[in-house]
Amino acid sequence: MTIGNTMAVPLSYYLILSAFVFLTGVVGVLIRRNLIVILLSVELMLNATNINFVAFSEYFHQVAGQVFVFFALTVAAAEVAVGLAIIIALHRAQSTIYVDELNLLKR
Amino acid sequence: MDHIFFFYFAGVIAVTSLLVVALRNPVYSALALLIMFFHVAGLYVTLHAEFLAAVQIVVYAGAILVLYLFVVMLLNVKTEERYHDQLPVAGLLGVMLSTEVILLLIQSRTAAPASAVPVDTVIAPGNTELIGEVLYSTYLFPFEVASLLLLVAMIGAIILAKKDIGEGAQ
Repeated sequence: MTIGNTMAVPLSYYLILSAFVFLTGVVGVLIRRNLIVILLSVELMLNATNINFVAFSEYFHQVAGQVFVFFALTVAAAEVAVGLAIIIALHRAQSTIYVDELNLLKR
Repeated sequence: MDHIFFFYFAGVIAVTSLLVVALRNPVYSALALLIMFFHVAGLYVTLHAEFLAAVQIVVYAGAILVLYLFVVMLLNVKTEERYHDQLPVAGLLGVMLSTEVILLLIQSRTAAPASAVPVDTVIAPGNTELIGEVLYSTYLFPFEVASLLLLVAMIGAIILAKKDIGEGAQ
């Protein structure tokens, strides 16, 4: 592995891609009603940041960026486990997972 | 050659991330996300992060997405017939944020610094060895904290998802 060579693809291309994926995730969180798809959109955002981390790690020749992706992965795994458990508990209690039908505090 | 690979992976990632948000059936959304994870792993390979590519496939595609599909099929979620009512506001916000990002990138294009940072290690062993060395020396404490985080998440998930826990004790 030669880590010292220059990137053939400019860094800004990776930034544009990651910004696009991140914004897609933001809009997905806002426009979807299904809680599971909202969590999937959060995964999109996490992956966008991971692409950024790895691209910068290659650009600055620092392996620390790739280590941070590991921590992001850990947080993603924890988030999925707890989030899906909350969704199951919510579905058991309210028998819906659509966010606009969850108005327990408004009643 | 690098550009061909990048544009292939980037194009598929962009299209599938749009599909995750746009598709009404949550199972299709999860499968689109699966394709996206595989292409992100391919992008990692082009960025010389081979170990992360393997981890991406094993953890994201193998563990996290299977969990999503289990829950989608367990709850028997129907296809959404419509989006959330705040769709116009959210679309406006998305357009505003993307213009902001585009403006930032156009401004920074003129003043992009050259990559002049020294290489992390003089002799570069394999990607996996390099990551392991840094992870277990510089980032040892965050690594331990991450293990604690996983333990807490595991206990929390069991307690949240288990039916009627603690009722028998009262």
